[in-house]
Amino acid sequence: MHALVVDDSRAMRRIVAGILTTLHFDPVEADNGVTALAELDRLTAADDLPALACIDWNMPVMDGLELISAIRADRRWRDITLMMVTTESEHGQIVRALAAGAHEYLIKPFTADAMADKLRYLGLVPAEVGA
Amino acid sequence: MPDPRTPAGAAPARAVAMTPADALWLRDLVRRRSAIVLDESKQYLLDTRLAPLVRSGGYDSVGELVAKARGGDRHVVGLIVDAMTTNETSWFRDTGPFEALRTVVLPALVRERAAERRVRIWSAACSSGQEAYSIAMICTEVLPPGWSVEIVGTDLSPAMVERASQGRFSQLEVNRGLPAQHLVRWFTRDGSHWQVSPQLKAMTRFREGNLAVPFTDLGRFDVVMLRNVLIYFDGDTKTDILRRTRGVTRPDGFLFLGAAETALGMDVGWYREQAASTSLLRPEGAAPLGPVRTRPGAVTGATGATARTSTTATTATRPSPARATAPAPTTSFVPRSRPAPLSLGGR
Repeated sequence: MHALVVDDSRAMRRIVAGILTTLHFDPVEADNGVTALAELDRLTAADDLPALACIDWNMPVMDGLELISAIRADRRWRDITLMMVTTESEHGQIVRALAAGAHEYLIKPFTADAMADKLRYLGLVPAEVGA
Repeated sequence: MPDPRTPAGAAPARAVAMTPADALWLRDLVRRRSAIVLDESKQYLLDTRLAPLVRSGGYDSVGELVAKARGGDRHVVGLIVDAMTTNETSWFRDTGPFEALRTVVLPALVRERAAERRVRIWSAACSSGQEAYSIAMICTEVLPPGWSVEIVGTDLSPAMVERASQGRFSQLEVNRGLPAQHLVRWFTRDGSHWQVSPQLKAMTRFREGNLAVPFTDLGRFDVVMLRNVLIYFDGDTKTDILRRTRGVTRPDGFLFLGAAETALGMDVGWYREQAASTSLLRPEGAAPLGPVRTRPGAVTGATGATARTSTTATTATRPSPARATAPAPTTSFVPRSRPAPLSLGGR
């Protein structure tokens, strides 16, 4: 099961991808919203869409909020679960992300357990894995 | 893989080691203060629970921390007892019991308590209160208007009771298992922390309580959550706790234990019953739940697959949150399935 990891920090992409790998995802990476959309197009053409996208908010070129809106606007990608993974922790920002179409919101810094909790709640990780 | 409890990007815990004599002294201390038995198989608990104290106190090792406690530093002793007896906790920890509470137990009580319109729930070993507040959130969704609910959280540790009463949680704590929609609905940001809403606070109260001694002034409960705490006690104490818990549970009430806990042979006076995907204990003599009645839109299935099916109606409106007309999604907790994005329309 693919998971798209979108973050402009290579170190953070590696951390998120590492956690997702232990939860039996096969991560693919992108460093901003535009490259993420290109990656989604590529995966769509290969009929190999990710089940999950973990998306940072603050990125150059196209930020995470714009990316979420763009994914939500495209019917081909309606089954992808979107989780914002960001240092943005204001109440209003979380509401904005959820309103734009994010299904979950994980605030940095986070632990591997916290990410597993969210994915378990979203039904993407079985209850017993990583518990 | 680093320690999953170390925040990504944070400095790792310093390596800690303790001597067998330290471990023996610690186990004895905890046993004397709480009746909690940490045999050698629970050595990992000593290590994982004390590592944060070593780090935050600036000690070089757990050995140094223990030496300070053994030297008679009552503050350090108190910190150690707190750390060792604190029930690990997170929001909606294990989805099964909360699903059962929401879809089976509370609906049954709505039928059975129609005359009183009052429900009392005990969160035993409540730690910093996440379980109690999670229950409160579910009660607001399931109980009809005009019902009153009292959720009593008890914990051995005065520090934990104080924390739970404040209802103030760190960023790391709200990241653990609390769905984002619940976070924005029930909490306000307060500096680096999140404050639980007055509505949830009004439904809960917290007090000190030691499970190993007779329960006093607790009253009787419709539901008791005694999860992931019996493992700390020896067999006789477990039997005694379950017997005394029976005494504070109403004859048709419900008792939840932890998912991995069995009380086989110790659960005198109780029988086991299945509710959603979870099994729980009922007082002997209580009428069985029988087949679960299905409400439209309710999640009653025991499997994730059923939960997903039941949310189809909601997810059908998902692609365009702007035109989502379903009732505010923040009111529905649907474990192990993807919630619809938040709709701000009409709010």
